[in-house]
Amino acid sequence: MMHIKIHKKLNAPQGQMYLDLDLQIQTGEFITFYGPSGAGKTSTLSIISGLMLADKGRIIFNNTLWLDTVNNISVIPQKRNIGYVFQDYALFPNMNVIQNLKYAQGKNQDNYLIDELLEVMALKGLEKSKPSTLSGGQQQRVALARALAQQPRLLLLDEPLSALDQKIRNQIQDYILAFHKKRKLTTIMVSHDIPEIIQLSDRIIEFNHGKIIRQGTPAELFFQEQNNHSFSLYGTILHIRKTSESTILDIHFQGQIIHLNITDSAMNSFHKGQRVELVLDASNISIKTIIPDS
Amino acid sequence: MNWEPLILTFQLASITTLILVLVSIPLAYWLSQTQSRLKPIFETLISMPLVLPPTVLGFYFLLAFSPNHSFGKWMDETLGIPLVFSFTGLVIASVIYSLPFMVHPIQSGLTHIPDSLRQASFLMGKSKWETLMKVLLPNIRPSILTGIVLSFAHTIGEFGVVLMIGGNIPGKTKVASIAIYDEVESLNYADAHLYSAILFILSFAILLSVYLTNGGYLKGFWK
Repeated sequence: MMHIKIHKKLNAPQGQMYLDLDLQIQTGEFITFYGPSGAGKTSTLSIISGLMLADKGRIIFNNTLWLDTVNNISVIPQKRNIGYVFQDYALFPNMNVIQNLKYAQGKNQDNYLIDELLEVMALKGLEKSKPSTLSGGQQQRVALARALAQQPRLLLLDEPLSALDQKIRNQIQDYILAFHKKRKLTTIMVSHDIPEIIQLSDRIIEFNHGKIIRQGTPAELFFQEQNNHSFSLYGTILHIRKTSESTILDIHFQGQIIHLNITDSAMNSFHKGQRVELVLDASNISIKTIIPDS
Repeated sequence: MNWEPLILTFQLASITTLILVLVSIPLAYWLSQTQSRLKPIFETLISMPLVLPPTVLGFYFLLAFSPNHSFGKWMDETLGIPLVFSFTGLVIASVIYSLPFMVHPIQSGLTHIPDSLRQASFLMGKSKWETLMKVLLPNIRPSILTGIVLSFAHTIGEFGVVLMIGGNIPGKTKVASIAIYDEVESLNYADAHLYSAILFILSFAILLSVYLTNGGYLKGFWK
């Protein structure tokens, strides 16, 4: 069991923010931190791993006290045995792929595990390559392999699959889940990818402005609404046009440009470059399959 | 021609550079990591030899090393190492005089390594020392090479400080730069030319090797 209760003042891009969390995680649970950028997800991982100090708080992991600000206790990161996949991968440029993995393994060298990781992460043949010669996706797979090679008790993954294409992504998701279960790891992942979150997580913690705003299973968070006829799209106003009859907003939504008529009186609320939320209420929704390009 | 001043110059430069490597790596590491408010003071002190006239440094060294002052007296009487007009004194003065040339490149190299590399190594259970030796230093090799070469070359070019505290004792403190001055004073231009040409060519070769290595021109030869 893990208990995290922390308080920390953070300097976010939008100004100061207070991170305030009280969270219990069961051993063997797969948790996802979900929420907008700058909500405090990565900072929470840093505090759990001991790379960042909390202003106040306590962290207990499997009956071991990792942090207790009242009694001035903070176990150093070296003693926490955490596998961490950083957003920038943090591969050691002076070491090739296999050296990166072996450095992480330390004294308990397990060549069988390294072999298995190279195979699953599709890194066979790249063992002797330096990180700088690898593509972004390959680097991300090395970072993941390295975190698993360490055989940690706690796995922290900061957007670990964001640079991968769908096919290999599915394959690696399956492996992470199998590894997590087989070794009875506790895993915390930061992700924005909803299908990925649904496939992997036991529980989702939703962050906003340094606070937990919702938590629950994927089904509770994403599938609860019975009749969801209302959608939100987030976009940016590209252009505002005035015609003889009305005013038209040209808005960019996820690769499409939508032209929207508004009344002249509403025009003053909008300006070019503004982020807007478009709420659609649909009474008649149909669904079609797409024939993929072959 | 007497080769002694040249040999002495290279002995001084080699010993000084070796000591500087050992001193500067921990110092630069501390400066790259510390949140201490004293950091600017230390940075200023280390950089002082860049702007001070060498005679000012030499003058203070002369006072500090003198047997009339406590430090010089202690070194002389307790340890039996006289500092003024001695090779040991020259080494100590050269280490301080060339300190910025070693600390600055290493500190800059360490500062530019992403924090996550150090953190990743810590999370793998590696100590600060192991992280420094296996992750940080190997990734700033060009900075270390720059530091070594600049300190070596700067020590070869030392004149004012040596003149103030070393004097001109053949075989002990008469380095090449002093020998050149000496030969010119006694109008022996031929030897002055020779010493000067050797220093010029060597310094050129040393600096060129750094630019070639750090610019990646020699990559084909390594692999």
